[in-house]
Amino acid sequence: MKLLILIGLVLLIIAVHQLMRVVELSRQFKNTKEWNVTESDNTFNGKLMLSFGILFFVLLLWQIDRWEDNSLPGAASVHGLNIDSLWNVNMWIITIASILTNGALFYFAYKYSGKDKTKATFLAHDNRLEMAWTIVPAVVLAGIIIFGLKFWNEITDRSTDPNKITIELYAKQFDWSVRYAGQDKTLGLTDYRQIDGGNSVGMDTLDANGYDDIIVKNEFHIPVNREIEFKMRSRDVIHSAFMPHFRAQMNCVPGMITEFKFTPNKTTADMRKDPYVIQLMKGINDARAKDNKEAVEFDYILLCNKICGASHYNMQMTIIVESEKDYNTWIAKQKVVKTLASK
Amino acid sequence: MANAHSIDLSEHAGHHEHDHAHEEHHQSFVAKYVFSQDHKMISRQFLLTAVVMAVIAMTMSIIFRMQLAWPGEKFAFINAMLGDKWGKDGILDPNMYLALVTIHGTIMVFFVLTGGLSGTFANLLIPFQVGARDMASGFLNMLSYWFFFVSSVIMLSSLFIDDGPASGGWTIYPPLSALPEAMPGSKLGMTMWLISMTLFVVSSLLGGINYIVTIINLRTKGMKMTRMPLTMWAILITAILGVLSFPVLVSCVVLLICDRSLGTSFYLSDIYIGGRALDNVGGSPVLFEHLFWFLGHPEVYIVILPALGITSEIIATNSRKPIFGYRAMIGSMLAIGFLSFIVWGHHMFITGMNPFLGSVFVFTTLLIAIPSAVKAFNYITTLWKGNIQYTPAMLFSIGLVSSFVTGGVTGIILADSTLDINVHDTYFVVAHFHIVMGLSAIFGMFAGVYHWFPKLFLRMMNKKLGYFHFWTTFVCAYGVFFPMHFLGLAGVPRRYYTNSNFPMFDNLVDINEIVTVFAILGALSQVIFLFNFFYSIFKGEKSPQNPWNSNTLEWTTPMANIHGNWPGALPVVHRWAYDYSKPGAERDFIPQTVPLAEGEHDNGGH
Repeated sequence: MKLLILIGLVLLIIAVHQLMRVVELSRQFKNTKEWNVTESDNTFNGKLMLSFGILFFVLLLWQIDRWEDNSLPGAASVHGLNIDSLWNVNMWIITIASILTNGALFYFAYKYSGKDKTKATFLAHDNRLEMAWTIVPAVVLAGIIIFGLKFWNEITDRSTDPNKITIELYAKQFDWSVRYAGQDKTLGLTDYRQIDGGNSVGMDTLDANGYDDIIVKNEFHIPVNREIEFKMRSRDVIHSAFMPHFRAQMNCVPGMITEFKFTPNKTTADMRKDPYVIQLMKGINDARAKDNKEAVEFDYILLCNKICGASHYNMQMTIIVESEKDYNTWIAKQKVVKTLASK
Repeated sequence: MANAHSIDLSEHAGHHEHDHAHEEHHQSFVAKYVFSQDHKMISRQFLLTAVVMAVIAMTMSIIFRMQLAWPGEKFAFINAMLGDKWGKDGILDPNMYLALVTIHGTIMVFFVLTGGLSGTFANLLIPFQVGARDMASGFLNMLSYWFFFVSSVIMLSSLFIDDGPASGGWTIYPPLSALPEAMPGSKLGMTMWLISMTLFVVSSLLGGINYIVTIINLRTKGMKMTRMPLTMWAILITAILGVLSFPVLVSCVVLLICDRSLGTSFYLSDIYIGGRALDNVGGSPVLFEHLFWFLGHPEVYIVILPALGITSEIIATNSRKPIFGYRAMIGSMLAIGFLSFIVWGHHMFITGMNPFLGSVFVFTTLLIAIPSAVKAFNYITTLWKGNIQYTPAMLFSIGLVSSFVTGGVTGIILADSTLDINVHDTYFVVAHFHIVMGLSAIFGMFAGVYHWFPKLFLRMMNKKLGYFHFWTTFVCAYGVFFPMHFLGLAGVPRRYYTNSNFPMFDNLVDINEIVTVFAILGALSQVIFLFNFFYSIFKGEKSPQNPWNSNTLEWTTPMANIHGNWPGALPVVHRWAYDYSKPGAERDFIPQTVPLAEGEHDNGGH
């Protein structure tokens, strides 16, 4: 096999070499400047520019038609709805700006492709035009900045809701743990030096506040319509807690506690009944069926979105959003840490 | 080598003539081709090194794109490239996947688009376009290349070590990069990465200082700052950015070396890894991110500005029109250069940095969109009512404007911290920066190579192959990077070895396949370029003195490699570089050396 490839390569090189000799010989006879751009070159490339512009636009529509339905479902959190509406407005602005600008570019590239008998117009500058396209983007950007910062301040404000639930997300290579505060609504202190097999998140065993804390893996539950305040920690390297359905993301940084809060407004069951999600899951399950994988149902998910090592691509946790009642039933069944710490 | 001293800097008056041919004759092979101090030769050295590095980095991208499109499939190609350790049975190893994306990014950003792009065209064009015999210091210039070369060799040799090369992403965030326990790539491979990059910064500084000094001090008579071609302005601003920001990368890297080797805790705190709690307390990885992006953000402008300068020149020349808004172009580059230093925090909105600080960075970042928009509009207006000559260089320049716009607008989304929350570190970002920075800069580089090939190698490249190269590259480039936006909208994180572990990504397989097919086709189209490039170096048609009917000074030098560039006196400049199709002129271009006619207005130097 390798011999065949080798022979093929040698033959190819000989063929190319011969071809080059032919080209060189013919060039001597013709004595033309191959590199010189002719009017027909200009016309040809000008037309290609226009065709590419049209193709670019058509393929943009084709991609949107084909792939937009793969996008994440509408936000499942209160602040996420604001993000979605801001996203849509900005997306329209940039799509229109991009199509107009690219359109003008490709059209001019076609329209003004060089002709032997024409001469270009000497136009060095025009202050009014330049002012116009400095001021128009500035005004549009001012709007984008104002709305963006308004929502950003709301999203990143400290949580003041007395009814909030505080949950700790704890990341390590390569899985997540979630810690609930328990009956006393206070998370116990931590000390990374106390980490060991039975104390995987590094609870400070001297802090009584931690004795009723609850730690879960693989799947965690939160109640709908209540503010959830996440406190995030990492054991080893930087991870990023990414919960795309809630428009929530924050890095988990060793040595510090980072925070993100949101209020989920749709339960997992609600989402499974949402027409968009049903269509989305059908697409997913059709694709899975082709690979002989079993069908799945929609679930909220937590993934790691900061490169953290070999299994970065496999750090996941399922999130269940449910009614307050179901949540209370679930949390009551979870074991408290004390049993772990005082093993 | 000694003839560097023969550059007579006081020669502006121009009554002094050298017997250059005589000196050339005595140059040894080593002095002429290896440790050369001639800016043209150094430029060629940078270009050839960058071409080799680019081919390697591109091949890497093909390997990991194959993995992403067809995870779990066995490819003899992958096994042949990586061997049994990293490509067992033709399946890419997850650690090697991360190493490949890391080194691909590092090589492309630093070695190809910084070292290669600036190194090639700053060295080639500065003395030519400002009218100087050579760079201010030929010796520092030579050192600059050889530091670059050694740095490249170290980076490449890290591919062959036992634990594999650095693999924490090109941004090498600690603690991942600081702790050998965290991943194999953080062992020797990371040490080599850090050494290589430090040498790279040395190279970049030696070059950058030289570029600045030459442009400021060695302009020929009449070459006012406001008469310089925009390439010179772009390279000047780029060099200033580099000189101010690259040293910060060294500080950042030195602290990381201390954390790795000397037990300090600049970036480390409260870490439990490899079965033990580390002693380090009090450091912060966020500090690293601040230092890294203080370089990292100006760096993307260091990459893009020379490309914009190159295309400004090429678009004006081949539209046969003055560049529209010359002063606005300079102003917008200065604004971009200044703002690039106060926007780094937009890479860190969700790192735990104080959100108020995030707000400030939103504001400054979105401001950059204004000068960028001005540049794009000015390019398009330059085409308007032009008489466009489609050289391959012109095609790539128009390609740059398109990708700069298409990739630039998504920056408006990402600069908005609120919107960044959900697309941060997803494929939306990958699409954005590859289009706006990767494609634009590489298109600028291709444009430069096609346009100035006659000055580099005294021959012409083949036009038809150039056309074929452009159109296949342009289509494939959009085919690779545009669909990635949709992966981002579906929430796919970057740097995932495979997306198949999440059912929610199972419907995206076709996007990944399309991307990979275009990537492979695009890579094959580069073979055409490589053939055209190397063939033309030796066998291309001989170039006439001014093949593109251009105004700038480099086309007034004879097509021969002479030391000192101009055989006689240095040229004297009388006008700006953009007198194309000026009313009243006989031809559609007036070189800068032609004196102003009576009553004629110079549009540059007011």
